[in-house]
Amino acid sequence: MKDRNTPLIFERSRPGRRATCMPSADVPVRPIEDLLPAASRAAEPPPLPELAEPDIVRHFTSLSTRNMAVDTHFYPLGSCTMKYNPKRNERLASLPGLADLHPYQPEDSLQGLFHILHELQQMLAEISGLPGVTLQPAAGAHGELTALMIAAAHFRRLGQRRTKVLTPDTSHGTNPASARMAGFQTVTLQSTPEGYVDLDDLETKLDEQVAVLMVTNPNTLGLFDQQIRQVSERVHARGGLVYLDGANMNAILGIARPSDFGADMMHFNPHKTFSSPHGGGGPGAGPVCVSQALEPYLPLPIVARVDSKYRLIQERPHSIGRVRSYFGNVGVLVRAYCYIRTLGPAGLRRVSEDAVLNANYLLSLIKHFLVVPHGDRCLHEFVASAAEVKKTRGVRGMDLAKRLLDYGFHAPTVYFPLTVPEAIMIEPTETESKETLDAFAETLFRILEEPLDRLQEAPYTTPISRPDEVQAARKPILRWTCD
Amino acid sequence: MNEEQLLYAPTHEWVHVAEENGERIATIGISAFAVELLTDLVYMELPEVGKELIQGEEFGEVESVKAVSPLYSPVNGQVVAVNSELPDRLETLSDDPYNEGWILKVKLAGDAELANLMDYPTYQKQCAEEG
Repeated sequence: MKDRNTPLIFERSRPGRRATCMPSADVPVRPIEDLLPAASRAAEPPPLPELAEPDIVRHFTSLSTRNMAVDTHFYPLGSCTMKYNPKRNERLASLPGLADLHPYQPEDSLQGLFHILHELQQMLAEISGLPGVTLQPAAGAHGELTALMIAAAHFRRLGQRRTKVLTPDTSHGTNPASARMAGFQTVTLQSTPEGYVDLDDLETKLDEQVAVLMVTNPNTLGLFDQQIRQVSERVHARGGLVYLDGANMNAILGIARPSDFGADMMHFNPHKTFSSPHGGGGPGAGPVCVSQALEPYLPLPIVARVDSKYRLIQERPHSIGRVRSYFGNVGVLVRAYCYIRTLGPAGLRRVSEDAVLNANYLLSLIKHFLVVPHGDRCLHEFVASAAEVKKTRGVRGMDLAKRLLDYGFHAPTVYFPLTVPEAIMIEPTETESKETLDAFAETLFRILEEPLDRLQEAPYTTPISRPDEVQAARKPILRWTCD
Repeated sequence: MNEEQLLYAPTHEWVHVAEENGERIATIGISAFAVELLTDLVYMELPEVGKELIQGEEFGEVESVKAVSPLYSPVNGQVVAVNSELPDRLETLSDDPYNEGWILKVKLAGDAELANLMDYPTYQKQCAEEG
């Protein structure tokens, strides 16, 4: 904990210090009391920090140097697809014709942006095989919620009372969470020892109360469920819908279309699959694609081409309404569009082929010193287990993850999926070289040889070593409060 | 309580049944093996006294630094007591899972479903396969 005393930005604040000088108003100034009713006014101004510009820049630049980012380190964070974000997309998204637009501009002056969004809708429809597209959801989980609201509207209109959503035990935690948020009861499906949806368990739990099966394919073990069509057919036979969590689309772009294996709805994570930046809580996006039958329920607005112009459709009788202000996280969508246009159909397929190749290469190295419970082949990611070294030496997955930081590698995802004890989930992505993959595997191998106490106290080179996670969750120390 | 004389659910809850004032009362907790798997616990949510439980259905949840895990009722019956100190002293679950770490007492609706539970040797076998 070398520099735990780095001041917070609030502690650097000095009353009256400013970074900008606002020009005087060129319209008549009216007292705030005339503009806002008393109930909408705070008694006091918010306690914002007051700093000069260089202090702000130094504060945040200094914090940013502590980051492990894909621009600085190999980042094999399974399930998150932390692929390199080509700088070309940043440049294109920064063009004034895109970056300086305002959502309240007249539609006639937004035609260029609408053209991009309309084409992106069509591209996502083509990749998924599902023709109805909304670009509005702000992130993957928001896409899940949107799709479940669409499903609810669909069954309401059919007059069917369906209350349950099925999620496999390997699913992302967001799946059951979104289902609960949308008002459904969640039922967990067991996986077979091989890691696939257990058809017998599905049969037991499938009834006329089931609205949606949420499935991730390839799943979080990095396996393509070879029985996925049978799974979908059984859900459809009972009148239910199949939702594909598209988080793992990086494995199957241009190779398998979700509609072909039975998906009625899905979301994309452009910040994973189409390389717009993510992490650090920055904006993502979660476009949702649906089958023709579900298109009437899509949220609004939708970009449509009407009489050689692009227009926003603002009203549809069966739409679930708005899920996001304005038009979603447009900056993320524009980057995804640039990525897809740059690579084209053949390039996208190559992305997935290389992602799968890299993951299998790394698997072939790592399986010699860490158990990989689900076999010798994977798609874009695989899950190793530290259970064996925990049993023999007391070394836990978390210890290995923490020690990797000292060697300049971002840690893989650990302890997920929950079905694998001491899980270490590794996703190298397509842009990493053989040298990087070799170096990572060799480092992991060498770390495993280190003494237990050395591992248990790692990392040694980061500003904060190993926080007490239990105390942090139960009794967080707040260094600054506003009173 | 002697762990070798308890009954176990496949979802790692233990059950001890005793006669109290003419009622069949089940004391319920989670096994040492489960506590070890859950790792460091940070939060626990328990039902209210009076709640009806059904075998195999969720009655609460525990949250660790890794994940939130549901707790499943190993019996049918009505909750008559809750160890309300437990959520504030979660270390009790790992220090003494079979005594101080009890979670619920449930008035049994019947004995039939106890047959679905495992004895200690069978449960040990399950743990060996999972561990």
